[in-house]
Order: sequence, then C-alpha cells, then structure tokens
Amino acid sequence: MITVKELTKKYARNTAVDHISFEVEKGQIVGFLGPNGAGKTTTMRMLTCFLPPTSGSATVAGFDVLEQPLEVKRRIGYLPEMPPLYPEMRTAEYLTFVGRLKGLSGGELRQRVDAVCERCAVTDVKEKLLGKLSKGYRQRVGLAQAIIHNPDVLILDEPTAGLDPKQINETRDLIKSLAGDHTIILSTHILPEVEQTCQQVIIINKGKLVATDSVNNLQSRARGAETVHLEVAGRNGDLDSGIAQRRLEQVAGVNRVMLKEKRGSRSLFEVESQKNKFARGDLARAVVEAGWDLNEMRPAAVSLEEIFLQLTGKQEAAPAGEPVAKEAGQ
Amino acid sequence: MRNVLIICGKELRSYFVSPIAYLLLTMFGFVSAFFFWLYLRGFVEYGMEMQMRGEMFPMNLNEQIIRPLLANSAVIGGLFFIPMITMRLFAEEKRSGTIELLVTSPISDAQVILGKWLAAVTLYSCMLLFTAFNFAFLFKFGNPDWKPLAIGYLGLLLQGGALLAIGTFISTLTKNQIIAGAATFAVCLLLWVMASVSEFEMSKWAQVLSYMSVNSHFESFEKGLLDSKDSIFYASMIFLGLFLSARSMESLRWRS
Repeated sequence: MITVKELTKKYARNTAVDHISFEVEKGQIVGFLGPNGAGKTTTMRMLTCFLPPTSGSATVAGFDVLEQPLEVKRRIGYLPEMPPLYPEMRTAEYLTFVGRLKGLSGGELRQRVDAVCERCAVTDVKEKLLGKLSKGYRQRVGLAQAIIHNPDVLILDEPTAGLDPKQINETRDLIKSLAGDHTIILSTHILPEVEQTCQQVIIINKGKLVATDSVNNLQSRARGAETVHLEVAGRNGDLDSGIAQRRLEQVAGVNRVMLKEKRGSRSLFEVESQKNKFARGDLARAVVEAGWDLNEMRPAAVSLEEIFLQLTGKQEAAPAGEPVAKEAGQ
Repeated sequence: MRNVLIICGKELRSYFVSPIAYLLLTMFGFVSAFFFWLYLRGFVEYGMEMQMRGEMFPMNLNEQIIRPLLANSAVIGGLFFIPMITMRLFAEEKRSGTIELLVTSPISDAQVILGKWLAAVTLYSCMLLFTAFNFAFLFKFGNPDWKPLAIGYLGLLLQGGALLAIGTFISTLTKNQIIAGAATFAVCLLLWVMASVSEFEMSKWAQVLSYMSVNSHFESFEKGLLDSKDSIFYASMIFLGLFLSARSMESLRWRS
C-alpha cells in the first residue's frame, strides 16, 4: 500500500530524513517509532504531500507523492500532531467542511459525518464549538476528520500525545478497530503503545532507519536468550536457596541463574537459558523432582524499550546516546 | 470552482461568526456616514450662501458630494480596513496548524488562495454596501447621475481587490497576524504616497513610481470615467498579488 524508497529530506543545515526505505502492506497498523526529532513528522509530511522530498520516492496506493499528489491526497487521511481544528466551528459543521474538502457531498456527506461521529464517540459534542472541547475530544474530532472520506491510508502523528490514560486506551482501541479497512501508520515515542497496537514497527533515529520488522520478531531478535522468572518453595517450610540455585544451573541449556529475592521458604530466581533450547520443561521437572514446589514460572518479556535502546544505542557514540535514552524512557 | 466556493464559504463564515465582520462594517459605516454628513452640510450651506447672495452657481451632487465621498472611501477603506480583513487569512491557519489540513486535502493551492481572496472581496463589498445607504438619500431627495456613481463603485471594488490580493500575499509570509496586518498597512500606505513623488521629482523613476501608485489610477473612476488602462492596472495587481501568494505557499513547503 505504501512504498518508500530512499526517501530523503534535507534542510539548509541538517538532514531530517536520510535515505529511508520501507514498505507497508494493506490493512496493517505500523508503528513509526523514534525519539523526538528523529524525523517521524517529516517523513509523514512527505507521505501526505505536505512536504516534497529532496530525493527518493514514495508511493501511496500506487500513486507517487510528487507526480500525482491529488490522487494521493484523496486516499490519505492525516491527523497532524496538533489536530487541525478551527476553534470557531462546531463539530458537525467542521466535519461537514472537511468532508466537502475531500470531495464528499449531499446525502453521502451527511451519512459519513454521522458515521464518523458515532465511530469516534463525538456524537454528544456535535453542536459544541471546537475551541471549547477538551483535549481528548479534540483528538477524537481530529481522528474523525481523518477518516471522514474513508481513506485507504491513515497517517496519525502521535495520536495519543497529551491524553489521559483512559483516553489513551480508548484512542488505541479506536485505532485498532480501524485497522481492517485502513492501512495505518502511527508515529509515537511511547513504546508500549507500539507493542499494544501495532503489528509492524519502523524504528528511526536521527533521520536514519534503524530497524523495520514485526513486533514479535523484533522482540525475539533482541532477546537472543530466553529469560524465565521462577519461584520455588520448599515443601516443609524451608528451602536452601544455594542448593536450589545449583540444581537449576545443572539443567541443560541454562546459562545463568540469579537469585532475585528470598522470602522465607520461597526463592525467586531469574534463569537465563540459550535461545531455542526450551529449557522451561526441564526446569520445572528439576524443581519438582527435587521435592520442591514450583509456585510460578513466567517468561520475562523483553520490552520494546530495551530493543529500542539496543538498536539506537549501537549506532551512537556515547555522548549523543544520552538524550535518546532519556526520551525513550518517557 | 466547487473547491473555491467551499473555502470561500468557510472564510466568510469565520468572518461573520467572529466580531471582525461586524466591527469592520460598523466602523466603516460610521466613518463614511460622518463624511457624508460633512459633505452634505457643506453642500447645503454653500447652496444657502449662493441663494442669499442671489448668485446662480451650478450645484452638482455628483461633483460636490459623491466624488469626494468616493475618494474618501477609497482612502479609508483601502488604507485602514484592508489590513484588518486580510491579516488573518493565512497567518491564522499557519499559527493554528490548520494549514496542514488544507494542504493535505485534494485541492490545489490556487483554489485555496482564490477562495480566501474571494471571501475577503465579499466582505469588502459588504462594507461598500454600507456606504450605499448614504447615496440612497441623495437619490431620494435629489437627482444625481447614477452612472458615475456605479463606475466609482466599480473602481472601489477593483482597487480593494488589488489591495486585498497584496494583503493576502503578505498574510502567507508570516504566522503572526499583527505582523501581517502592520506590513499590509505599510505597503498600502506606500502604494498611496508613491503618487506624490512625481510632484517634486521629475525623473523617469519618479514617473514610474507615481504610476505604480494605487490612487493615481483611482482618479478616473472617481470622475466617473471607465478607463481601460486603469482597470487593467488593477486587474494585473490582483493577478500579481494572487500569483505571489501561490509562490509563497509553495515555498513554504520547500522551506519549512
């Protein structure tokens, strides 16, 4: 649906986007991830024909952004970082205006306005002035505006920025529910958001593409080793954690066992095993055969945050890496 | 054309839901009514004086009221009101980020600019309509010639259109409405005073500058003459202003 080849945007003094290439298939939600100032917004603006690229090409639904901008614009719904609302308009009126701009008219327009109000849960503020809406509603009206003409591609620039946790969840659910009919690119610097909503991730940093892969692959790729949290309890009240640790270390495939916590008869271990060795079954057996109770065993998920730091950290010299880490930690 | 009208309708709406339109209409109405009263009073006093002296001087409503009033409207409307109409056109959209919506919608820059300019011209016409009330009294109680008046209004409209186009262009240059307004005022003023350069300087450059001034082209309309040279001057100024706006909007994308 979207093909980006060697896309570059240079300004007088700096290069905002540096030879980025990626592809997005139809119906997918793609997370566009990077610290602030990585070039996310610039890339999105190039895809929406707001900015022309310095070099390289981008096609949306088969149309080139430079050659056939009108065709591209017809197929794109765009929510900029700041929802483009006119404070003196009322919600329904605004959506009607945007619908007209996108080429809708008559009964179809009216029906679409009602439909997107319903979908984005803004029906109860239909007759309110946009300038008086709360941040959450403004964001949702912005989203309604983006989908009014039922575009093939949705481009959302930080759709959850500045919302409260409840609104963030609602917005995420809304975006997920749109995925079927639309191809969605959403930018964010919040990692859990990508983990929760997206199937594919594109990570950029300092204008360069760092990684593009599915969320699952990326997680397992960064893992390299599998980590399991294990809680072991002694049957009759006490457990010598040293013995338990040694027993666990003997299990085939285990690299390292760490005692995390000891509470009375219970000990919590972190066991790191080689990838693809499936040591979990053996671990369980070892514990049970030794006569202990296995209270808990769960794989420790690697968060995208760690992957992100690994990937962006690798590229950078130490001083430049510092602010990136801070941004990503938000 | 449809897209132009969509933009134009939206702009007119925002003029008329905000106090801007009403403020401009009231102010312009008051000012022109005041001048009308002033000229009318002068006219009546002059008439009485003539009668008392028993002299028969030709009295002419067109020459003595309509013409100076038209010249007045051109200065006041053109100088003080045009910047207030155009300053928000693009500056506001750039500040609030709504320009991104317009630019990423399937309509061309030219349609956006034309729609906005047309809305500005419509508001300006409404302002001119307010002054027409004054003239209605002249037609009720006197017998002025309507043709010079109509041509005078055409001139006002053309001159307004030209200055509005320039104001539109200046509004595309900045995010700040105040700067857009002040710069437009400065440019309008400059286009005004340029005419007087040739009064004390007779070089070629002074002639050119004086010719470029907006009010040297209004004189013919004011007299009730429809001169194609002056109409073409205004039309080309409108074109220039809108053309520059389009270039400026394009450069906005290459630069920003």
